[in-house]
Amino acid sequence: MSMHYFANPARFTRLAGRIQPWAGGLAALLLLVGLYLALVEVPADYQQGDTVRIMFVHVPSAWMAMFCYMFLAGASAVGLIWKHPLADLAAKASAPIGAGFTFLALVTGSIWGKPMWGTWWVWDARLTSVLILFFLYLGYMALWQAIEDSQKAGKAAAVLALVGAVNVPIIKFSVDWWNTLHQPASVLRMDGPAIHSSMLWPLLIMALAFKAYFVALLLTRMRMELNLRRIRALRLAERTS
Amino acid sequence: MKSFRAIIARDLLLAVRQGGATFLALVFFLLTVTLFPLGIGPEPAVLARVAPGVLWVAALLAAMLSLDRLFQADFEDGSLEQLTLSGLPVGFIVLAKIITHWLTTGLPLLLAAPVLAVLLNMNDEGFAALLLTMLIGTPALSLIGAIGAALTLTVRRGGVLLSLLVLPLYIPVLIFGVSAIDAAVHGLNAKPHILLLAALTMAAIPLCPWAAAAAVKLSLE
Repeated sequence: MSMHYFANPARFTRLAGRIQPWAGGLAALLLLVGLYLALVEVPADYQQGDTVRIMFVHVPSAWMAMFCYMFLAGASAVGLIWKHPLADLAAKASAPIGAGFTFLALVTGSIWGKPMWGTWWVWDARLTSVLILFFLYLGYMALWQAIEDSQKAGKAAAVLALVGAVNVPIIKFSVDWWNTLHQPASVLRMDGPAIHSSMLWPLLIMALAFKAYFVALLLTRMRMELNLRRIRALRLAERTS
Repeated sequence: MKSFRAIIARDLLLAVRQGGATFLALVFFLLTVTLFPLGIGPEPAVLARVAPGVLWVAALLAAMLSLDRLFQADFEDGSLEQLTLSGLPVGFIVLAKIITHWLTTGLPLLLAAPVLAVLLNMNDEGFAALLLTMLIGTPALSLIGAIGAALTLTVRRGGVLLSLLVLPLYIPVLIFGVSAIDAAVHGLNAKPHILLLAALTMAAIPLCPWAAAAAVKLSLE
C-alpha cells in the first residue's frame, strides 16, 4: 500500500470516519479516569499542596504543544517533497490545535506560578521559548489565512513551517543561553523529589487522553476542510454550468 | 557570476536614484532610539544599562520595516519574473537582492549605531563589540527577512503579517548580539557570543536564500 493510497479524499474520509469515534471515545474515557485520579486520588504534594494538580493538565499540554509543531513540520515536509494532497490539509488542521495546547500550557503554567513563585509570569527560558512557539503557530495560521489560493497558501505555509522547525532548536538554545546569563537559576528549579509513581500514572493517562483528543480533533478538522473544498467545487460547477 | 553582479549593480543604482528608502530606515532607527530616553527617563546610568538592547531592537525593527523593498517593486512590475528567466538560479537572484538590501540598510544602520550609542551614554568598552556584532548580525537580519518578504509577496498589505513571521526568527540574533555587547561592557569575554552570532549568520547564508527562492518561485507560479 503506497503512501498515496489515502490521497483519495473519499477513501480517507471513510477511514477517518471509522477511526474518529474510537479516538474520541478513548479520549473521553482516559480524560475521565485521568482527571479522577489527578483531582481525587493523588495525594496533595507536601510542598506544593493542591496546586500540584494543575501539573496534570499543564505538562501534557506542554508536551502536546511541541508534538503538534513536530507533526506540523513533518506534514509540511511530506507535502512539499511528495506533494501529498492530504499533507497540507493535515498541517493546516493541526496548527490551531497546537496553538490551543500551547496557550493552555502558558495559562496553566501562569496559574500555577502565581501561588508557587508568587508571580504570574517570569522571563524564564522555558516560559519564553513556549511563548515564542505560540507566536510561530500564530504566524503560520496567519499566513494560511492571508493567501487566498489554497494550493499556494499550503506550499508557502509549508516553507514557513520548515524554516520554523529549523529555528525552534536555535531559539530554544539562544533563550536558554540568554537566561543563564541574566539570572542564575535559583527560584525556578523544580527540585522536588523525583516524581512518585502515584503521580506518574495519572500524568501518563492524561498525556494519552490528550493525544487521543488530538487525533479525534485532527480528523474532524481534516474532514471539515475536505467538505468545505467539496462545497466550493460544487458551487463553482453550479455557477459555470 | 556576471549576471549576479549585474543584479547587484542594478539594484544599488535603483536605490541610489530613488534615494529615500535608506534615509527612511536611518531616520526610523534614530527616532525609535530617541523615544527610549523619553519613555524611561534620562538618567545616564539607566540609559547605559539598556543601550545595547535598545540599539539592537531598534536596528532589528528598522531592518524589518525595509524588507518589503527586497522583492515587492520587482514583483509588481514583472521584472522579478524576467530575472528568473535570465538562467541564473533563483537562489542567486535572491542572494543578490539580499546583498543589496544589506548594503542599503544594514550597513547604514551599522554606521549610525555608534553615534546613537554615544547619545545613550553607552560604556566605551562596548563600542567595538557593538560594531562587530552589528557587522556580523545585520546580514543575518537581511537573510532571514528575505524568507518572510518572499512568503508575503502575493499578500496585499503584508506588512503586519511579515513582522509576525519574521520577528520570532530574529530572536536568536538579538540575544547573541546584545549578550556580546553586555559582556564587553561588563569586562567579560564577548568572544563566545560573537562566535555564536557568526555561526548563525554562516548557517543563514546557504539556507535562507534557498528557502526564500522556494517562496519566490511559489509566488511567480
